[in-house]
Amino acid sequence: MSLTPVKKSWNHQIKEVTIGTGESAVTVGGETTLPFLHDEGDMPNPPRIALDVFDAVPDTWTEDLIEATGDEINDPVEWAQKGVEEWGVELISLNLTQHALEEDPASPEDCAKLAEEIAEATGLPMIVWGAGEEEPDRDVYPVVSQALSGQRCLLGSASEESYKTLTATCIADGHNIIGESPIDINICKQVNILVTDMGMSEDRIVVFPTNGALGYGLEYAYSILERTRLAALGGDRMMAMPIIIRAGTESQRSKEVKAKEDEFPEWGSRADRGIVWEATTATSYLQAGADIVTMNHPEAIRLIRQYIDTFMNTE
Amino acid sequence: MIIVGERLNGQFDDVGKAIQDRNPEVLQKLAQEQVDAGADYLDVSVGTAVASRDKPEAMAWMVEAIQEGTDAPLAIDSPVESVMRAGLEKVKNPPMINSTSAEPEQLSKYIEMAQEHDAALVALTTDQDGVPNDVAKRTELAGNIVMAAMEAGFPFDQLYIDLIALPVGAAQQQPGIMLDALQQLQGIANPPPHFIVGLSNVSQSTVKRSLINRTYLVMCMANGLDAAIADPLDEKLMDAMITAELLLNRQIYSDSFLSAYRASKRRT
Repeated sequence: MSLTPVKKSWNHQIKEVTIGTGESAVTVGGETTLPFLHDEGDMPNPPRIALDVFDAVPDTWTEDLIEATGDEINDPVEWAQKGVEEWGVELISLNLTQHALEEDPASPEDCAKLAEEIAEATGLPMIVWGAGEEEPDRDVYPVVSQALSGQRCLLGSASEESYKTLTATCIADGHNIIGESPIDINICKQVNILVTDMGMSEDRIVVFPTNGALGYGLEYAYSILERTRLAALGGDRMMAMPIIIRAGTESQRSKEVKAKEDEFPEWGSRADRGIVWEATTATSYLQAGADIVTMNHPEAIRLIRQYIDTFMNTE
Repeated sequence: MIIVGERLNGQFDDVGKAIQDRNPEVLQKLAQEQVDAGADYLDVSVGTAVASRDKPEAMAWMVEAIQEGTDAPLAIDSPVESVMRAGLEKVKNPPMINSTSAEPEQLSKYIEMAQEHDAALVALTTDQDGVPNDVAKRTELAGNIVMAAMEAGFPFDQLYIDLIALPVGAAQQQPGIMLDALQQLQGIANPPPHFIVGLSNVSQSTVKRSLINRTYLVMCMANGLDAAIADPLDEKLMDAMITAELLLNRQIYSDSFLSAYRASKRRT
């Protein structure tokens, strides 16, 4: 008896969003199929890895991760450059945190200067995140956005409660925007509607559904991504945006990565755990439909690049 | 939900007059309004605007006039083959053929016609005996339609079975009978064909047409209807339809679900 392969075809496409300009510009999205099902539709752009760079050494990182990153971690510009030169990343994901400090916060101008320096030093398209705190972020977005004006960066993130300043700023300076929702598909859709109602083009939005790491509600976030993608391929245009996932930061703060070896000897080497936890988290989300994964660990980045290359190979 | 906009029909006074005067703007405006309101296809019918012998020519003119203003797919609507062919000859985008009966000879001829034109096909559950007035005859004729499509290799996603909505004012048991038939036919094939209804028929000669139309539409949708020939310019009807899609889990809820649905339907 012969087996007839069951193939599903879709009539709709995920929007293509281009980040950056010129030769280094990166386009994500454009799928007409669920991830990597090359027999069922097209996946014209591979998922991309963005290197998380922080404006100060993250105080939650393990010694192993700091060591793997190297001395460059002390200078965000050098850190980003190392990402390009040694780890081959195609996007920089700059995390601004210092403007939200209670004591001696960085000024919006400091933040803008740093973002500009990194953009210039790496020549790569930039993703820039605020600290996730409404007030300090609201002061910083316009200044950073203007400093990077015309570079078609990806700035985030806009939420249901707070999207107006960032949306207006991104429209004015020609950037793309990240629409954030708290693992809630209904709010994800609502944010996209609110942002487009302000005049943002549908092909300038990347959605961040928020995500946990392996062991921290990954299955739930996975199902949200899957459902988002199914709705989009089925014709829901307000869901048809590329998806960004924070694979690195979420994994690196998990107990399984941070616990010392003498606490849980059966868990094995902590240095190894930091790599596999992040890589496993990233592969799961890539299979659920993530178009951009932001990552931390150089070795996990290498593994994920290999993974993407393997799954994009249609020969 | 697939909406076939019903307004480009010579039975409406404005359209009838536009056909007689050969005034394309009236048709183009109505076409655009329906598309903007969420119509997936635009039904095109000469109706009773001109004498029978002039209908093929009038249909050809309508199709050309409408296509000058929009690229939305058209549903060529006529019970007469020569009028149907006159319309199909002029269409630019894959159209819908509305309609054939389940009478075997006509059915196989129209399936072939649909295949030639890469068209969707509406098939009515009627035969030489007319419109069936019970569930059994409707399901039997729907079965014949599905069999004929299967034998001809006609794809089910292009097949629209119309179980025929009859006016509640004239035959009050009929709307309920159609719902029973609709429900019974849900498992007829996998993947299933579409089920469509000429919605406005149910409210003919009543005084609360919009209310009856939208209430029946929602009831039909709950029983498996996924297409309707209806008036997309009836905003309350469209709101009810969008809300039913939501409650049937075919759309993802958001607080702005009405505008989100409309934005999703807007042609790019």
